[in-house]
Amino acid sequence: MERMPKWADVFLVPFINLVLAFLVSGLVVLAIGENPLDAIYYMVKGAVGTTSGLGYTLYYATNYIFTGLAVAVAFQARLFNIGGEGQAAIAGIGVALVMLAFDWPAWWLALPFAIAGAAAFGAAWAFIPAWLQAKRGSHIVITTIMFNFIGAALMGYLLNGVLKNPNTQNAETVAFPKAAALPTAYDILAPLGIPFSKSAPLNISFILALICAWLVWLLIWRTRLGYQIRAFGQSESAARYAGISAVRVTIIAMLISGGLAGLLAINVVMGEQERLIKEFVEGAGFVGIAVALMGRSHPFGIVLAALLFGMLTQGGFELLWEMPGISKEMVLVIQALIILFTGALDNMVRVPVERMFLWLGKGRA
Amino acid sequence: MEGFLQLILTLDMSIRLSVVLLLACLAGLFSERAGIVDIGLEGKMLIAAFFAAAVSFETGSAWMGVLAAMAASLAFSMIHAIASITYRGNQLISGVAVNFLASGLTVVIGNAWYRKGGQTPTLAGDARFREITLPFADALRDVPVLGPIYSDLISGQNALVYIAFAIVPLSWWILYRTRFGLRLRAVGENPASVDTAGISVVRMRYSALVITGILCGLAGAYLSTAQAAGFGREMTAGRGYIALAALIFAKWRPWYALGATLLFGLLEAISNLYPNIDVFGIFTIPVQFTQALPYILTVVILAGFIGKAIPPKAGGEPYVKEE
Repeated sequence: MERMPKWADVFLVPFINLVLAFLVSGLVVLAIGENPLDAIYYMVKGAVGTTSGLGYTLYYATNYIFTGLAVAVAFQARLFNIGGEGQAAIAGIGVALVMLAFDWPAWWLALPFAIAGAAAFGAAWAFIPAWLQAKRGSHIVITTIMFNFIGAALMGYLLNGVLKNPNTQNAETVAFPKAAALPTAYDILAPLGIPFSKSAPLNISFILALICAWLVWLLIWRTRLGYQIRAFGQSESAARYAGISAVRVTIIAMLISGGLAGLLAINVVMGEQERLIKEFVEGAGFVGIAVALMGRSHPFGIVLAALLFGMLTQGGFELLWEMPGISKEMVLVIQALIILFTGALDNMVRVPVERMFLWLGKGRA
Repeated sequence: MEGFLQLILTLDMSIRLSVVLLLACLAGLFSERAGIVDIGLEGKMLIAAFFAAAVSFETGSAWMGVLAAMAASLAFSMIHAIASITYRGNQLISGVAVNFLASGLTVVIGNAWYRKGGQTPTLAGDARFREITLPFADALRDVPVLGPIYSDLISGQNALVYIAFAIVPLSWWILYRTRFGLRLRAVGENPASVDTAGISVVRMRYSALVITGILCGLAGAYLSTAQAAGFGREMTAGRGYIALAALIFAKWRPWYALGATLLFGLLEAISNLYPNIDVFGIFTIPVQFTQALPYILTVVILAGFIGKAIPPKAGGEPYVKEE
């Protein structure tokens, strides 16, 4: 017998978790002497109130869809890829190498190669931890953490050395060819007569992110490989017994995961900054963990969760202007509480909800 | 003589930089030996560093700061305990949450209190830990070799440094020479057998996380009131993760932990003092390589190419009592 209906599992429990996270966040805001309702109002207004705000919200959401999907694909194989941060950073090098290799005449010509560069470099950075986990039994969580730091050092070395723009003090490359700039929401919507902020960084990568979400859904629930990944994630020993190679599934799942994390570089490096800057990932790799948890590792849930976290990030920046008493780091607190309640404290809500449904079920029978 | 003094200077800096790693590493040791993986060392140190600086500033006493740091870190450790022991949640996810929470809360509270973008005011006088000059340090300075070692390396550290080094044999004694330590290690290897012996797995694991909290508190207090003179945002800068690496390097043993953290401290000191090392004019070792070396070494150790690091067997798994 099922302990509770599917809707309760998919919507009710995450919803209660989310409410708890926001309640505790509200208490933190109260504790520092500010009004939480005002804070919510300004955050929502800042995130979706103008096309500029919306453009930033969806831009951040694009990053979180990529990193959320990356964490989720690994989760499906019961692998915890905490290295999205490093994989995305290294993918930036892949994008930069592609963009600086030619004087690209058009963005649509450059995009497929840039995607290949980003995915290949991101996947390569995930490959070593994956191989070490599969072949040598080194714990993937620790190795991916270590690879985040090694990646940061490598970025620092390259951007202060061979890749550095000699005309500036900053650790960054020269600008990419102007003609290869990705079309922004403004560029796309203006010919249709829809007004949109010219300054917002939202670009065509958002559509790429949605396509990736759909492809991940196809992969996990509609292909043999996806079935193997899920089977391996459910029970390693059963999967082995069914003839599924642990080494193969571990490595392939992590390559896909790293490649997805790497695509973040398309949005940020190619779409917005148009050159490679050292610290461009800005924690999006870690936010992906929260997004995947909240989205229950399902692409549809991940898109929704990414939108929420995009709103939080953008809203947090706006909050800074309206309520200087609250730092934008309040967003980190909210994210932490969402991770805590939907991830680690899930049983705190789930068990009582299950009991409630059991009790209701008994009453009816 | 010039080279020798340079060596003393480098070693002195290594010791100062390794203390944080040592305390955090021992903190992780107790938790992981009891079967609780803790990637939240970073966050616990960060929240501790903040409260140490804030309370030291308000009270003017660095020791009050230490108490506050321990309390804050202990509270965070108990969040991890409730999530991973009582509610059998995923210990890694709980650790990530603790790190995020500390990153956010320190800046939110710090900014609300001091309006300095998350920093605390600069500490001075008794609000900081100052160097202690051991007896005869000045008199013995001119003795060749041993003089500078005693006067500049052993003497002239602050109280927390001596406490941290004293905790190494203490940890060894607790883990290997007391009944509590035996049970703690057993809980990390085979909790079911401990349970069968009538000892509460839950209570043992909670006790371990209390120790972890206290030690991370000391580490955080050292950062903001001894090594620096106040709190700065993200001041732990990944040291919790290096400590985790050191723990693997140390194969979950207290004396090895001392060696590992001194080595990592030495690497950090070298990268601070000698950014780019020229090797006989043939090639240069870039500073980023020295900085990344602790992580690279840890991966190599984990991969089992040099010795094998075998973690406690029950690590990371919530214990479900048999009915």
